[in-house]
Amino acid sequence: MSENTNLLSVKNLKKYFPIKSGLLGGQKGAVKAVDGVSFDIPKGKTLGLVGESGCGKTTIGKTILRLHDKTEGEVVFDGVDIHSLSREELRKIRPRIQIIFQDPYSSLSPRMPIGEIIGEAVREHGIVPKEQFDDYITKIMRDCGLQEYHKDRYPHEFSGGQRQRICIARALALNPDFIVCDEPVSALDVSIQAQIINLLEDLQDKYNLTYLFISHDLSVVEHISDSVGVMYLGSLVEFAETDAIFGKPLHPYTQALFSAIPVPDPDIKMDRVILEGSIPSPANPPKGCKFHTRCRYAMDVCKVEPPRTIEVDPGHKVVCHLYDEEIMKNKENEK
Amino acid sequence: MSDISKNNNSNINNDKEQAKDKALRKKANYISAKETSSISKRNKKIVDSFEAKRKRKNVQESEYTTTMRDPNNVVEFDDLHTYFFTDIGTVKAVDGVSFDIPQGKTVGVVGESGCGKSVTSLSLMQLVQRPQGQTVKGEIRFNDGGGKAYNIPDMPDDKMQKIRGNQISMIFQEPMTSLNPVFRIGAQINEVIELHNPEMNKDAVRKRTLEMLELVGIANAEGVYNMFPHELSGGMRQRVMIGMALSCNPKLIIADEPTTALDVTIQAQILDLLRNLKDKINSSIMLITHDLGVIAEMADYVVVMYAGRIVEKGTAHEIFHSPSHPYTVGLMESKPAINKRVERLYSIPGKVPNPINMPNYCYFRDRCNRAFDKCAGEYPPEIYLSDTHMVTCYRYAEDTKGEVDK
Repeated sequence: MSENTNLLSVKNLKKYFPIKSGLLGGQKGAVKAVDGVSFDIPKGKTLGLVGESGCGKTTIGKTILRLHDKTEGEVVFDGVDIHSLSREELRKIRPRIQIIFQDPYSSLSPRMPIGEIIGEAVREHGIVPKEQFDDYITKIMRDCGLQEYHKDRYPHEFSGGQRQRICIARALALNPDFIVCDEPVSALDVSIQAQIINLLEDLQDKYNLTYLFISHDLSVVEHISDSVGVMYLGSLVEFAETDAIFGKPLHPYTQALFSAIPVPDPDIKMDRVILEGSIPSPANPPKGCKFHTRCRYAMDVCKVEPPRTIEVDPGHKVVCHLYDEEIMKNKENEK
Repeated sequence: MSDISKNNNSNINNDKEQAKDKALRKKANYISAKETSSISKRNKKIVDSFEAKRKRKNVQESEYTTTMRDPNNVVEFDDLHTYFFTDIGTVKAVDGVSFDIPQGKTVGVVGESGCGKSVTSLSLMQLVQRPQGQTVKGEIRFNDGGGKAYNIPDMPDDKMQKIRGNQISMIFQEPMTSLNPVFRIGAQINEVIELHNPEMNKDAVRKRTLEMLELVGIANAEGVYNMFPHELSGGMRQRVMIGMALSCNPKLIIADEPTTALDVTIQAQILDLLRNLKDKINSSIMLITHDLGVIAEMADYVVVMYAGRIVEKGTAHEIFHSPSHPYTVGLMESKPAINKRVERLYSIPGKVPNPINMPNYCYFRDRCNRAFDKCAGEYPPEIYLSDTHMVTCYRYAEDTKGEVDK
């Protein structure tokens, strides 16, 4: 894959949050929220990120937008490293990268009418000339399934699904290339979820958008994504095309995650892999493979040595000793 | 020249029409202060009469005992109406709901938010926000197992306190907010046991609490006993809530979205726990959720609610293999399923009607893609497709069946 086709590429990104304590605020340790994550997103495609809460999905989204400063690594958007830009340069590139937040109830200012919420940044960045401003906002609102007379209303007058449409319109108004969707449908009802997902897909076709779709709902991710990354404790454990990963999940964590999804059919009694316990603290992650404390295939080597990234099939990468031929050979020899 | 004036004219006309349109739209949602005060006066009268009835002292037991239709049921909802009397009108949150919860079975209630599924369960617990929320009509019969049956809406407060939390208990959606942050876990469970079993001494209560914590799969029961809620993870807190709900051996557990706030892997743990416990203690579960997957996994019977009414009910098998009401069908199609890729998700058009001004025809007609002439008539009757499978839709009525297929 050549560098040019990727709109965004993240290389070995790390984000640590310091833990401070005491009177002088000396640093005691760090929460390793994102710990060495790399992926590429080609233009016009959708990457889904899945994982349990607290695994660092949202932190990745925010670090890509530089809402958080990185600790290490690179975020290259369209050939530029976002974290090396000056304030002014960053301001210029910001309209091209947008975000839709999880909770449409708390991400809209209650004191601003909808037209102003959507239009504020348009005016600020001078996206369209002044005389076209009104028409432009109307057009964006229509695209997102809102009516023109909604412009003068306030957020409290809208239902959850409509508010999420407003959030989408706000992101879209800046004519972005890339949108981070941080759990955009988790707070909505099933029937509304479908409307919003369809809307996101339509807009993607129309404007050739690229999405990073963060969600813990695997069925939604399967529907919308072209490729999927599974995260556990700040690292990617498996990365592949959607069909490959859902057809043949390799990492034990991915398998457990997929088998935990309830199937809407009472006759299918799943052979369930139930994970014991909960996710360990990212401030003090287990040594070796981070997943070994909950893994049912855990071997001795997993407790000592962190696994390498192994490309099992072209494009299907997994971080697990089980697929490392060298280690498995050693193990057989020992027997 | 004339061209321009024509243009101007049409512009003015357009503006006028838009202004008119706007005014009309405003009127639809607008209530004057006068109207509001007259509504609130009327409401006060209604609410006061209900409250007066409730506040009487020394109510005879015969007034609230009743007989079960089927002694194998734990709870029977019979034509339940729970209304909220607000200043802008009456919200019919539950409007004629009837279904049974058999002994030892799990009944799943599905529906979108605002469809009245939580209000149904709160009516059963007598926890509806009073005085504006009132059960105005219908019975909720509760079988106490000792040969007595009570009609819950008529029960006086002091009697209800003996049932609530003791024989019927509830697990709430948010384990974070339903535990008290300033008391230790042990103290919170102890309180429930002490209240309902005054004869037990302190050591026995403590023993029972530890037993409960072990039952719900908490390995370090002694340690957790002395912890505060913030020290536990979401899954652990939900386990504590379940332990608390089970501590008095309830006959019925109401689980109101017990896993919505949890991750999939933790959800699988909790569902597994609930299923095992149900077999162990032989109680019934009323499971409220909007996740069809959870329902399919847990429930024996399913009730689908829409806008305060039941649109379809039946065994889990019937509902999932032959969903009949267009709403149920739409709900199932709009959920993306693993390993079943579709180009485009189905989405039910439109939105739930305004709860204050409900139409007098089928509530779902305006969003239904299979509606026909008959649907404009009065609300469709209950039609039984089998002994257990009920649907309220004219498509299945005997006299109109033929018309639909044409």
